[in-house]
Amino acid sequence: MSLTAKDVAEILQALEASSFDTLDLDLNGMKLHLRRSGAAPAPAARAVPTAVSAQAPAPVVHAAKAVEAPPGTVPVAAPLLGIFYRAPKPGEPPFIEAGARVEPETIIGIIEVMKLMNTVRAGVRGEVVAIPARNGELVEYGEALLFVRPD
Amino acid sequence: MSIRRVLIANRGEIALRVIRSCRALGIETVLTVSEADRDSLPARHADRVLCIGPGRPGDSYLKIDTVVQAALGAAADAVHPGYGFLSERAPFARRCEEAGVVFIGPTAAQIDAVGDKLRARAEAEAANVPVVPGGAVQGLTEATALAARIGVPLLIKAVGGGGGRGMKRVDQLSDLPMALDMAAGEAGAAFGDARVYLERYVARGRHVEVQVLGDGRGGVIHLGERDCSVQRRYQKLIEESPAPVLEQGLRESLHAAAVRFAARLQYRGAGTVEFLVDADRGEFYFLEMNARIQVEHPVTEMVTGLDLIAEQIRIAQGADLPLAQSAVRIDGCAIECRINAEDPARDFMPSPGRVRAAAWPQGEGIRVDTHIATGSSVPPYYDSLLGKIIAHGPTREIARMRLAGALADTRIEGVQTNLGFQSQLLSDPEFVRGGVDTGFLARRNG
Repeated sequence: MSLTAKDVAEILQALEASSFDTLDLDLNGMKLHLRRSGAAPAPAARAVPTAVSAQAPAPVVHAAKAVEAPPGTVPVAAPLLGIFYRAPKPGEPPFIEAGARVEPETIIGIIEVMKLMNTVRAGVRGEVVAIPARNGELVEYGEALLFVRPD
Repeated sequence: MSIRRVLIANRGEIALRVIRSCRALGIETVLTVSEADRDSLPARHADRVLCIGPGRPGDSYLKIDTVVQAALGAAADAVHPGYGFLSERAPFARRCEEAGVVFIGPTAAQIDAVGDKLRARAEAEAANVPVVPGGAVQGLTEATALAARIGVPLLIKAVGGGGGRGMKRVDQLSDLPMALDMAAGEAGAAFGDARVYLERYVARGRHVEVQVLGDGRGGVIHLGERDCSVQRRYQKLIEESPAPVLEQGLRESLHAAAVRFAARLQYRGAGTVEFLVDADRGEFYFLEMNARIQVEHPVTEMVTGLDLIAEQIRIAQGADLPLAQSAVRIDGCAIECRINAEDPARDFMPSPGRVRAAAWPQGEGIRVDTHIATGSSVPPYYDSLLGKIIAHGPTREIARMRLAGALADTRIEGVQTNLGFQSQLLSDPEFVRGGVDTGFLARRNG
């Protein structure tokens, strides 16, 4: 697998048109890292502003991983730890809602790790029954993002 | 700044150790775990646990971006890296600094400065800290002059080499010309590079290291030394403080050299300057600096009464050093044995599995740092350290006897351990006498 100059130009356009600052591609070991000029290498905003921690720490939340699967469903687990987003960008409709049908390739959300956006796919065919993961919050590796009743 | 919540980017006994100090300081803890460590003892003690990936370290504990994201997502003010994993990775420290998360340790620049052997050696020379005498030579005249300064025995080593090829030991200066020719010839043939250098040969070397604390502004104190000469293939097995059978002048010179080295770097936090002590010549040479808390830190804590993890956290908050050098007291002796899940009968093969039963010792002067209890699992992905048993006493002999008794009281079932092997070492006449060199174990086993 190799990339032509034309391919790279098209990928650059796709990044330009998106709301993301960086894009990482890994095609059979060939890696491409693109960053918008002016994009901060470090996250522009912390999930919780530093000022908060200077006062009192936000209450410690014991992880949501204890959420129980509704009968007859399978969880779609977070493939990595990061901030979970249900929509492609703020203000846009979510990728999926409860009741929607998903295919294995359906994108169900995005997980951000240090400004790198990773799309998450359903990996299963069926009906979305519940979405326990909340938009903009930290999910851990293996945490259930949604529950799907497989076909 | 005040640290309210610390993310602990480690596992095992050191994770639990850091949790303990945080708790004493009223600091909340967030622990990152791999899938294999979800049910570990540290995971049960942390205020919050975040799973960062599968068991293999490369998929979890070594992922810099994921760990920094976990710290940000959990709103931690600071990260404690423990030892191993990301603790001495400058890019990680730098990433934390950039993200506004306090890295509990030295600056990224300081990690860089001591991480590169050649650079560290240059720093040592600049700080007037002795390094192993030697250097590159061209031609017999230069070699003869340098050899006269180094003294014999000495080693001729290939600049481009390794694995012993092109290496010659010279016991008399009159043998130098021939050995030099042979070494250069071998080096040229083996590595395509005939350049050689000379280095003093240390027949009986002891590993003695000095614990330092720096405030990051040039202020440095030392907390005495540790002797870690009982090693198997460079893995430390028994450590003690103070170093036994060491001439007082030499001891003080070691301390002063370590402080000079760290002060020159304006070192921040806890660190260790390692030396090779040439037992026959009564001299010492700089080996390297470890820019982290070390496995064997408890022996220093036992004799100084300090909590080194708490001091790391305080220094990271910008605090001054806890006490003046003149107020540091070394009280008695402490010895530590590392208890590993490995099988001495099978060349110390790691022995992962589930611990069916674990009973750790208690008693006067005994301390145990472990993450293993009955039912704990020892995953195959990580080092085999089960815990450390440390004994303190007014004299070395009392500490040694207490440690021997503690080892006898320890029961670990379900995995193989080196408990019995450690007991034998503790009662070996050479160890009882004290001051063994790093060849002790190889001679004994060989």
